[in-house]
Parts: sequence; structure tokens; C-alpha cells
Amino acid sequence: MSDRKDVIIEVKDFTAKYGDTVIIDDISFEVIKGEIFVILGGSGCGKSTLLKHMIGLYKPARGNIIIKGEDITKAEGRDRIDLLKKIGVAYQLGALFGSMTVLENVMLPLEEYTDLSRDARHLIGRMKLALVGLEGSEGKMPSELSGGMIKRAALARAMALDPEVLFLDEPSAGLDPITSAELDQLIIQLSRSLGVTFVVVTHELNSIYTIADRVIMLDKSTKNIIAAGDPEYLRDNSTIPVVQKFFRRQTDEQLGAQN
Amino acid sequence: MKDHEAAFSPPSVEASKDQDNTLVLKIKGRLDVYSTGKIWKDSSYELEKSTPRKLIINGEGIEYCDASGIALLIELRLIQEKKGGVFELRGLSEDNERLYKLFNFDLLAKPEGEGKPPSGNIVERVGKTSWEMLEELRVHIYFTGRVTFGLLTAALNPFKIRWKEVFVTCEKFGANSLFIIALVNFLVGLVIAFQSAIPMQQYGAQIFVADLIVIAYFKELGPLMTAFVVNGRSGSAFAAELGTMKVNEELDALDTMGLDPVNFLVVPKVLAALFMLPLLTVFGNLFGLLGGLVVILSMGFTFQTYINQITASGTYTMLLAGLFKTLFFAVLIAGVGCLSGMRASRGPSAVGDAATTAVVTGIILMIVVDGIFGVIYYILGI
Repeated sequence: MSDRKDVIIEVKDFTAKYGDTVIIDDISFEVIKGEIFVILGGSGCGKSTLLKHMIGLYKPARGNIIIKGEDITKAEGRDRIDLLKKIGVAYQLGALFGSMTVLENVMLPLEEYTDLSRDARHLIGRMKLALVGLEGSEGKMPSELSGGMIKRAALARAMALDPEVLFLDEPSAGLDPITSAELDQLIIQLSRSLGVTFVVVTHELNSIYTIADRVIMLDKSTKNIIAAGDPEYLRDNSTIPVVQKFFRRQTDEQLGAQN
Repeated sequence: MKDHEAAFSPPSVEASKDQDNTLVLKIKGRLDVYSTGKIWKDSSYELEKSTPRKLIINGEGIEYCDASGIALLIELRLIQEKKGGVFELRGLSEDNERLYKLFNFDLLAKPEGEGKPPSGNIVERVGKTSWEMLEELRVHIYFTGRVTFGLLTAALNPFKIRWKEVFVTCEKFGANSLFIIALVNFLVGLVIAFQSAIPMQQYGAQIFVADLIVIAYFKELGPLMTAFVVNGRSGSAFAAELGTMKVNEELDALDTMGLDPVNFLVVPKVLAALFMLPLLTVFGNLFGLLGGLVVILSMGFTFQTYINQITASGTYTMLLAGLFKTLFFAVLIAGVGCLSGMRASRGPSAVGDAATTAVVTGIILMIVVDGIFGVIYYILGI
């Protein structure tokens, strides 16, 4: 396990494959407790694949993913459940259960894993919804919500068990700029007030500059981490063409003309 | 990790009451989502029991507190303030204080938001339901018209039909269901023959089992059993397919491309059903008769006797009358399946509901149509 106390997730020598196709080839990085850590990269670079391995949905071809001292790639049965209770995941399309109201969605993990009374679960569920600005929508069905509300409800459900790490898959994809900016502010607020560690997959530049404490950028051709660090620093100082293009939203021609 | 958690003590609550009706609750230990439940009941019980004028929460002993712990504090405040009492929170650490202030108490004090308002009184509901039924009928009539029109247009321009789609559907609808249709009809024929043989034996009329089977099969059982099986298999599949397309906005995409979903999707399916269902019914009849044959042979009659008996009482008119009905069944199965799919609503159960509606509506309508044909054939003397 890690020596430094403030490392909450450690990814070591990690390789991911689909069949024989290598998606990510031997990467290692750490996520520090309390930070907003962003995984970024162009389409098809393996961002979502990495995230799905980090939350234990897939087994890696090689390597370890250690969350709070426990290896999620090896944990099974009881240990795996205990580990999963420490993380929360908000999926790209919300993945709210369509047959339950918004409040019931948030209350579901509380019902399954705690001995809280019904009233207590109700209040906690409503508090989580209030936290993401969804007070007043408790009794609605997911199909009655707008895109932004679905993402916020998914975030509230991910936070139901007060996890220490929240994983968000493309939180601002498909949202209008205002809703997307609001969601970014919400993430920052939650991170600062609750001290939750965020691992966010996104390729929305504005979001990245607003929320990210630290980023890693994955690259499709090398199948590896091509850049890591503060996004503004990378934008201004990186000499790698792919990174420059990404942060400045440029094509090859534009970049060539500039240099 | 586990040692880390063990460093905190389990939560506890201690109540003490002053003279001037003030209740002091001392909360200690680790308040997280798993442990808070243990003291939730105790603390709210203490509060409900004593109804103090003033409630003081002493949080000095709280070692760790997450949003669920804060929920307990808010709950106690809600109870206290609902009764008009005074609430005071003392000794909370800076972190926990900040967390506590994060939640808007006034919002939580309000009743929670409801979904759709419940519908009105009984008169209103009866009216609404009747209107919905009429609306349903209108949609069916309208859809029947559109499909009929689509079929006529297709008949006038046979080159415009998507024949590839028709043949693929023929394979799925017809060829792939041949086995189950053979099996079901064989077994039904066998069972009917066997059950009727027992009482007929009392009158020495066993040989008429053959007549019974052939008449029942040609006129009713063959067409109906085959149509039911196909309805369950393909009607639901059509509904699921079009329902998924509806949910994925594929139907809207067709619409905006100027392609009529009825002509593009429904007509090939209806055509395939029209081709295949009579053929399947022929096989159904054959296997039903084979089922009867097994019983006849087991009663000691010869194969030739069975054939003679069948050809004597079964007529071509009978057979064709039965097959003619299946054309209507075919349109019903494909049409109802497609319509249910196209009318699927949003949400995760939409496709499942559409498939159920397709099968149930299909069966009911087929029975009705079969009844109408029964009357017509009786009048015609078939």
C-alpha cells in the first residue's frame, strides 16, 4: 500500500484490453484525497474504460487499482461490497431507475445498506436532493426530469452513502452551457464543503479549467498518459502537439500555421 | 482501513432534563450513514417523550459526522420547531458546523414535492376513462385505414415495396416458428383426439374421432392455434422492435426524412404475415391431423381408415374457409404488434408494456374476428 497518507486511489502498472485490442497500455497514477481529478482525452482514448476499471466493473488485463488501501481488482464478495460502499458513481446518462421516483432512487442504497428508519432515510434523501438543488422534485419520476436534473439526481444518488470518492462519467455532456456551468459549481462546492474526492471523466474544456485540480490526459495512439498536471499550465506550457491541440481546440492546420 | 474506523467510538446519546423544561441531548461518537441509525430512534424518542420548551444539542463529543449525522440534527430541530419549541446547537466542531449550514433548513421544513397531482373525483375519472377509450378506438380505426391505404399503394407499386425486409421478416415470422407450430398443433391434436375418444368409445363411435379432428382443425383449431403461437412469438417481437425504435427516436427520424413509418416499417411486416400465416396454418393442420392419427392408430384402426374418414368429412371448402380467416389474423397480428410498438411511451418499461399490449390485444381481437367468421360461415352454410 502507499506510504503517503493523502493518496486515496493508486493505479499501478495498469493495462486494459478488450479481447486482443489494447486500450490502455501500462499506466500509473495517484489521486490525492480531496482533490478534483480529471481524466481527459479525445474520443476513443479509453477515458471511460479507465473509469469503469476504477469502479470495479471490469477486471484489468494487468495491474492494480488500490482505493483506500484495498485492491478493487482483487476484492471479492463481502470485501468488494464494503469497498464499493466507499465510492459513488454518477453515470453518463444518469442510470436512474425509471420505475422509482427521484427520492426512492436516492433512498435505495440507504435502504439496502443501513439500519436507518424510514423517516431518517426520507430526510437524508431529501437533504441529498436539496444539496444538488432538486428540492421540490422528490416525487417526480426520472422520465419527467430534464437532462440537467437527471445528472444532478444521479449525483445525489451517488452521494447517498456519503462516499469518500465520487466518480463522474462525463457530467456535463449533452447539457447547455448554463446548466453545465451550474453543475461544475456544484461539484466544486461539494468538493470543498464535504471534502469528497472527485474523479471526473470529461472532455469539456470549460469544465476542465473550472473544476480540475489536476488532470491526466490519455492518448489514443500511444495508449498512455501523455500529459499530467494543472490544466492551465498544460495549455500554456506543453510542447506536445496533441496536448496543445486539445487545450486550444485546434486542428493540425491551425497549429502548423501558428508555429 | 478497518483500524482507521475502529479508532472512532460508536455513537451514543445521553439525555438530561433541567428544571425549566429544557432537554439537553449529549451526542457522542461517530455519526456516519451506517451508525447514525442506532441512535436516531433513541434521540427522537427522548425528544417526543418529554416535549421540552427548549432543546439543547451538545455536540462536543461528536468525533466524526457526515451528512447523515447532520440529518439527525436537522430531524431533531424539525421535531422541536414543529411543536413550537426552541432549538439550540452547541459545541459543534468547525467542520461539522459548516456541513450543518450547507443544508437549507427552511426548504427541508417544507413538505416534500409531489409528482403528478392525484386525479379528480369519480365523475371526472369516469369521463376521462371513457374519453380515453374512444380515443383508443379512433387510433385503431385511423391506423387500420393507414395500413389498408399502405397495402393498396404497395399493391399498385410492387417495386416500391422493401422486398428484402419482407423476406427477412418472412424467415423470422414463418420459417423460424415452424417447429413450435408443428409441436403445439401435434400435441393439441393428440390431446383433443384422446379426450374425445374416451366418451365416444362408450357409443362405439371411436372412428368419428377422425371426423371430429379434421372438422375442428380445418375450421377452428388449426387457424387459431397457429395464430396464437405466432402472435405470442412475432406480435410481441414487432411491438418490441418498433417500441425500441420509438424510444430511440428512429421513428421521428423516418418522419423527418419524409418516409412514412407505416409504409416503411408496417407494410413489409403485414405483407410477410399475409404470406406466411396461411402457409403455417397448412402445416398446423397437418400436424394436428398427425396428432389425431396417433390416437386412431393406438385404438387399433389402420392408417387407410383414418385417411378415408378424413377425406370423407373434410372438404376443400372447409380448409379454404379456415385459411381465408388467417389472412385477417395475419393483418391483426402484424398490425396490432406494430401499432403497440409505435405508441410506446417513454421510460424503461415502455417496450415491455408495448409487447404485452400487442399480445393481449391481438388475442382478444382474433377471438372476436373468429366469432364473426363463425356466424358468417354458418349463414353461408360452410
